[in-house]
Amino acid sequence: MSAASAKSGLDFPAALKDAGLAALIALALSIAMLFFRTVDFQGNLILEKRWTLAGTTVLIVFAGRLALNLFWFPRRGGLGLFKIASSALPARFAELGKWMAPVLIVFAVVLPFLPASNRYIMDLAILVLTYVMLGWGLNIVVGLAGLLDLGYVAFYAVGAYSYALIATTFDWSFWVCLPLAGMFAALWGIILGFPVLRLRGDYLAIVTLAFGEIIRIVLLNWYTLTNGPDGITRIPRPSFFGLEFKRFGDGTFANYFNIEYSSMHRIVFLYYVILVLALITSALTIRLRRLPIGRAWEAMREDEIACRSLGINITNTKLTAFSIGAMFGGFAGSFFATRQGFISPESFTFIESAIILAIVVLGGMGSQIGVAIAAIVMIGGLELLRDLDALKQLFGDNFDPALYRMLLFGLAMVGIMVWRPRGLVSSRAPTVVLREHKARSADLVKEGHG
Amino acid sequence: MTPWDQEPLLKVEHLTMRFGGLVAINDLSFSAGRNDITAMIGPNGAGKTTVFNCITGFYKPTEGMITLTHEDGEKYYLERLDDHRIASETNVARTFQNIRLFGGMSVLENLLVAQHHKLMKASLFTVGGILGLNSYRLAEEEAIELSRFWLDKVGLESRADDTSADLPYGAQRRLEIARAMCSKPCLLCLDEPAAGLNPRETQELNELLLEIREEQKIAILLIEHDMGVVMGISDHIIVLDYGEKISDGTPEHVRNDPAVIAAYLGVEDDEVDQVEAEVAS
Repeated sequence: MSAASAKSGLDFPAALKDAGLAALIALALSIAMLFFRTVDFQGNLILEKRWTLAGTTVLIVFAGRLALNLFWFPRRGGLGLFKIASSALPARFAELGKWMAPVLIVFAVVLPFLPASNRYIMDLAILVLTYVMLGWGLNIVVGLAGLLDLGYVAFYAVGAYSYALIATTFDWSFWVCLPLAGMFAALWGIILGFPVLRLRGDYLAIVTLAFGEIIRIVLLNWYTLTNGPDGITRIPRPSFFGLEFKRFGDGTFANYFNIEYSSMHRIVFLYYVILVLALITSALTIRLRRLPIGRAWEAMREDEIACRSLGINITNTKLTAFSIGAMFGGFAGSFFATRQGFISPESFTFIESAIILAIVVLGGMGSQIGVAIAAIVMIGGLELLRDLDALKQLFGDNFDPALYRMLLFGLAMVGIMVWRPRGLVSSRAPTVVLREHKARSADLVKEGHG
Repeated sequence: MTPWDQEPLLKVEHLTMRFGGLVAINDLSFSAGRNDITAMIGPNGAGKTTVFNCITGFYKPTEGMITLTHEDGEKYYLERLDDHRIASETNVARTFQNIRLFGGMSVLENLLVAQHHKLMKASLFTVGGILGLNSYRLAEEEAIELSRFWLDKVGLESRADDTSADLPYGAQRRLEIARAMCSKPCLLCLDEPAAGLNPRETQELNELLLEIREEQKIAILLIEHDMGVVMGISDHIIVLDYGEKISDGTPEHVRNDPAVIAAYLGVEDDEVDQVEAEVAS
């Protein structure tokens, strides 16, 4: 509709005509939905006619459409509302990413010392960082290798239970159990990888989804090992090089450094543990991407048959992607177990997989900074929506933002998918260059077939 | 005894490929000489690409034997090897009828993926690469040098850092050949390299292929419909029709073979018997 008005710049009659058409549609809709209203009048249903409401609506639509036609669409080259600038933005975002990453890291390092940080913020930051790490781990499988994995939470669960079981049974320390948990998760990554080697796309997604559920259900029912739905309690907390975070007793952290005990010490320590783990994940991924194995992953996402013709062993390539992705999931899982001190199968439901996958997709597949931002926005934003009093002023005192947070969240996701279908950061920097370094729009990058 | 039968690089014997009831290739035998350009022609559906897929391991032949003999005398039986081992161990490289580049990756990255094996070894199967060993850095520099050499050959050096899907069609075809060459093959299989090229690009392709043969001393096996390419550069032509070999020889021989003419142009009804008799003889 707007095309005609936009082509000739400020074509007033065409704009008017278009706005009139929009008003006509609004009129047709408002007759049924706004104009008539059934009211109970002395036991009978009668129709109330609401002239003002319907009239105002139509007028608003007319004026709004006219304004859009005159001021908005011409500037946008006459494209419709939903086609805005999907290719103009990547460059800007890539520029943003260049200084965004160091700023975010510095901010993350100093966060515990900021005056505003309290227990709530630190807990939230730990949660966000856990998801950042999970997102980066899944990014290897989905973003680089192009294997759609809907059951990533299974590896998170394997890591968490490995740590919990080893630590409670053998009383080994966190730092010994952490690599073990990662190895177990990687092993399960390979175990999952083998049967799905031949699957692609939708079929792969279904099988990985089932795998995630199988792990959860086994954890739920293998009572003798996992304690079933009751979960595992009293999981040892990590210690600072052997110094425990306790209020009383010798050899505690507070005692050793001769400072007053505070429950925040442990939280801050946990925060730095997950920060370091997440940064290791990211650094390793960036490194792997520039190695032959990383290029083989990306090549496999682009074209599996061409890979085979160049002598790349698809079996090994897929299995390494699955196992390395799973390993990071396992690290994150064992961190989760030690932070919570209690785990049960409740924590490893499908929705977790979906959230992690959503973080990767919204962030921009293959992009490190994009995934981090998406995790902050999704997990942090979702939490912030719990107590947003500003919305109360807008919608009245009866409005409880916590009830609407999933709705707002869904709307945000739809918005991102409409305007930035390839995620927040949809550019891809080549892993090796002959002359110039520049990020390319990822419009041509494939999403992989599984 | 024709020249390509003496110590051939590739010897295909009694190759048969059936898909269910469909016989795509029936008892096909031929040889491709070392340092020859061997062309395989035939009408659409004659089974040329199937032969390629059997040689490069994408299909496992129903029957038959495919022997590749390296210059040092080592023999490989290709029908027993997986596709990626044929590429990495026996050094057979191929291109595809519908171009298969890694579209989202840069031109240079495409060429580095082709050198995966060499680089994987140099990075000590990733461990050394993660540690940042010097030997890997050197190997990568060397790989980039080789890539630069081939980019220069196919005239794409200036576009090395562009996304490969952005290249025009003809350049994508050339890039695919350069990518295959970066894996240092002893046999290069090209599936319709001239399809969709304009006459000038076709001429350049001819020159490129001859240059590859002369300078790199490797054999080329190619499927092509463009007779300008086939007759212009090949030393040896094999003609397939309905999965069977109907002619095999020099371009001169094939051009005058009545069976080939019949397969390509068809014959008058009353000549069928006569042609069949000639074919049989």
